[in-house]
Amino acid sequence: MVRAMRLAAGGAAGALATGAAWAQDAALQSPPAAAAAATVDKGDTAWMLTATVLVMMMILPGLALFYGGLARAKNMLSVMTQVGAVACLAMLVWVMYGYSVAFGPDVSSGLLSNFVAGLDKAFLSGVTPASQAATFTRGVEIPEYAFVAFQMTFAAITVALVLGSVVERMKFSAVMAFAAVWLTIVYLPVAHMVWAASGAFFKLGALDFAGGTVVHINAGVSALVAALMLGKRLGYPREPMPPHSLTLTGVGTGLLWVGWFGFNAGSALEANGSAALAMINTFVATAAGALAWMLVERARGHKGSALGFCSGIIAGLVAVTPAAGNSGPFGAIVLGIVASVVCYFAVAWLKPKLGYDDALDAFGIHGVGGMVGAVGTAIVYAPSLGGPGAVDYEMGAKLVVQVGAVLATIAWAAVGTAIAMTVAKALAGGLRPSAEVEHEGLDIGDHGERAYNP
Amino acid sequence: MAVIKPFKLDEVREALTALGVAGMTVTEVKGFGRQKGQTEIYRGAEYSTNMVPKIKLEVACADAVADRVVEAVQAAANTGAIGDGKIFVLDLGSAVRIRTGETDDTAL
Repeated sequence: MVRAMRLAAGGAAGALATGAAWAQDAALQSPPAAAAAATVDKGDTAWMLTATVLVMMMILPGLALFYGGLARAKNMLSVMTQVGAVACLAMLVWVMYGYSVAFGPDVSSGLLSNFVAGLDKAFLSGVTPASQAATFTRGVEIPEYAFVAFQMTFAAITVALVLGSVVERMKFSAVMAFAAVWLTIVYLPVAHMVWAASGAFFKLGALDFAGGTVVHINAGVSALVAALMLGKRLGYPREPMPPHSLTLTGVGTGLLWVGWFGFNAGSALEANGSAALAMINTFVATAAGALAWMLVERARGHKGSALGFCSGIIAGLVAVTPAAGNSGPFGAIVLGIVASVVCYFAVAWLKPKLGYDDALDAFGIHGVGGMVGAVGTAIVYAPSLGGPGAVDYEMGAKLVVQVGAVLATIAWAAVGTAIAMTVAKALAGGLRPSAEVEHEGLDIGDHGERAYNP
Repeated sequence: MAVIKPFKLDEVREALTALGVAGMTVTEVKGFGRQKGQTEIYRGAEYSTNMVPKIKLEVACADAVADRVVEAVQAAANTGAIGDGKIFVLDLGSAVRIRTGETDDTAL
């Protein structure tokens, strides 16, 4: 199932389905049955509102605690504040022009509409409590505001995820400048390409149920590029930089997992069987990922660790994101296990081997796990493996599409991040704080506070 | 003064209380001797901590009971494994009880 983002003809939807609105619909790839007949179900609406706040819980406090606990005590507030502040920025960008650029009405240029939509819905122009957004079921729609808010939380968490690689050594001002540019030139076009009906990957039939490409590969690759441009933390890897509170990381992991049900099952856009399938997959792939990571640790001669448990959970969640409604439960389990094993080697072997400082492993888990998930989705989608694909599903062809979408996203994210970091450097007068501030910690240097006072 | 394994503190305190020792000062410290620290691993990054947590115990007592105090600590803190710690005996120049101004043995 592909997320069909055909929006019901603008603000005038329902009551005033004008000729102009129909002409606009006709320009879309797959205009469904009469929009005028579409109904809004209260159950669907209630679920989407709930799912939206569940995703919000993933950011604050989920991701803030998860990342914060992994950082050193002197940077705890810096990490939590950066995560929260870029998420807030994303929300404002989203209602000002983000929603329109990602999901607004098509631009007249056919080529350009592969990458972005127009600005007709900037400042949510025309969006009213009565306007509606399409779901996957013909004749069933949800309030457009619910769709705007749900997608807003995705933009917010994605930009916050990127920060995982650059924390502890990037100035707050530079982080904010980076976030504004990155959202505009990376997140919005990629979201449009994958999820909007006129988007390039959507038209190719790329499968991405809840954001494996848009959220995780996008954030992970951007995180890697940003970390490479920023340089390593002072003392890395010579000095030990153990997490300051795996307790908080554990709490954050739990909040992320619970919130992820809103993220994945909410991406069904309805309260139905597809959402339930996404939910069960989000349970079992994650459970398998958690245990698999610990087993790999044992196989490598180490102790099964609490951080390994948490990391396996995140790897499983990331991998099942594109597959959530596109896989059977046992396909999801296999995906969770494979992602966990691959991510383990990405963070424990590849990272030290290549020597980059991805501080909290945003690339190692979100980027790598996202790639495993995106490519794996083409496999577990097959009906012969318990997936929901049609009987004539061609795995080979879909694999090509998935790999193509992954490679294109990698390229887009890498180039866009390089531009965003360069702009941020110019705007903020450098990306990094002074060596003294970095040594003392960004809590004091950027915010004038300490997380823990004796 | 003694450096002992943290989990032995209660037994040592009980043994010294039984001898009539009326007070002690305890500090959480880190250090190393023959016993080396543990290896910690976070997502594959290994950190060997050279320092091991210990308890530093300071007891002031009259010369007459010093030997018995040393014996009691040695017996109570002993596990037979490396890392049990050490006892150092130091001469104190003088002692004063702050509240009353009493000095030396009567101050203990």
